[in-house]
Amino acid sequence: MSTSKYTTVSIPRSLYNRIKRLVEETGFKSVSDYVTYVLREVVAMHEAEKYEEPFSEQDLEEIKKRLKALGYI
Amino acid sequence: MVSKPHGGRLIYRVVSDNRRENILSSMEEYPWVKVGVREAYDAENIGFGVYSPLDGFMVSDDLDHVLSDMRLSNDIPWTIPIVVSLDGRDLSFGVGDEVLLIYGETPVAVMQVEDIYKYDKDYYAERVFGTRDLAHPGVYNVYREMGDLLVGGRIELVNPAPNPYEKYYLRPIETRVLFRERGWKTVVGFQTRNAPHMGHEYVQKTALSFVDGIFINPVIGRKKKGDFRDEVILKAYTELVRHYYPRDSAVLSIVRYEMRYAGPREAIHHAIMRKNFGCTHFIVGRDHAGVGNFYGPYDAQEIFKEFPDLGITPIFFREFFYCRRCGGIVHEKICPHDEGDRVRFSGTYVRNAIRNREAIPPYIIRPEVARVLLSEPEPFV
Ligand SMILES: [Zn+2]
Repeated sequence: MSTSKYTTVSIPRSLYNRIKRLVEETGFKSVSDYVTYVLREVVAMHEAEKYEEPFSEQDLEEIKKRLKALGYI
Repeated sequence: MVSKPHGGRLIYRVVSDNRRENILSSMEEYPWVKVGVREAYDAENIGFGVYSPLDGFMVSDDLDHVLSDMRLSNDIPWTIPIVVSLDGRDLSFGVGDEVLLIYGETPVAVMQVEDIYKYDKDYYAERVFGTRDLAHPGVYNVYREMGDLLVGGRIELVNPAPNPYEKYYLRPIETRVLFRERGWKTVVGFQTRNAPHMGHEYVQKTALSFVDGIFINPVIGRKKKGDFRDEVILKAYTELVRHYYPRDSAVLSIVRYEMRYAGPREAIHHAIMRKNFGCTHFIVGRDHAGVGNFYGPYDAQEIFKEFPDLGITPIFFREFFYCRRCGGIVHEKICPHDEGDRVRFSGTYVRNAIRNREAIPPYIIRPEVARVLLSEPEPFV
């Protein structure tokens, strides 16, 4: 079990400096904060592309039957 | 395509009919934990996927992350602890055992115990509620109602707590099919615990103008004395939707959930629940999920900035009011007039008028809704 909640990744120093200049004018506390924010945004977007609804055709018929009985469709 | 479930997978954890029969016929062989209505509803929400990706009550690693970072240990945003507590006396089971969670006489769920652990109540209260003041109902619950130990592990739903509003209840898998059947690609969720006045209606319709449908999702749970009864709220909304919403633009169904009154953190949680029902957008109003003066009026809107990966878009509203000069329901950004021309929507005013059987102006409450409220012999808890 790792004890630290943080780990290190490498990015080009030129990019680091570029981000550093950028975050000085934003609400981000550090380059790490900024990178974490941006990565989460991008990763979530990629994860969402992989999703399929979890119901089979048979489930679908059962669900529609209940929705009809309750007057929703 | 409606919203993806939170964490990428819609959870559905309900025992098979066979297993339910086996459990019910040999209940005395299981160790058990008595739970309250909060945990019973949480178990239902885990089982039906309202809390996806949670598949059980939190183990200590997840709780630690939730308290310190507002995320699960797998980095998925999560702000409210979902836990079962014990007082720790006569602990009759251990890690690896199967335990029944009993609410009243109902075995609501079976848990595979993965963790039994202590937690720091001061830290818990401070992180979740931002205060240790016992006047806060959530804090009170932590210090005066929760036990000293927590038990975590995956669960399967056995029997949900009795539900008098079953016909108003749709599971996430059902709302997802329903939204699809209606051809909705964008759906805005609206959380409520109240009978609708014109301010609510205008917030909803303003949001609805930009999306395909609205999901009106009243929370059924423990109420304070003086609140409208659940049944009354549902009747009132049914009338409102029938008379004032275009057919096929609104879905009304309930969720069973105990409010935490955790303000900003809870606003995120409310959004996550609606994302799992399939909403792409969520309405966040003034002092959302707040209580007393514990949170700033727009704190619950600010916090959304911290979650670029939430996967549901918040829509922020300021307060609507009626303006005599404008001759309609408006808000700060579109009405230039003085406070003297404005009539604010006050829950207290509405409750008093209903209690005294007084007429309520139609710019405050729709006549059809007022009729429902006034015809109830006992509209309040
Ligand atoms: Zn005006």
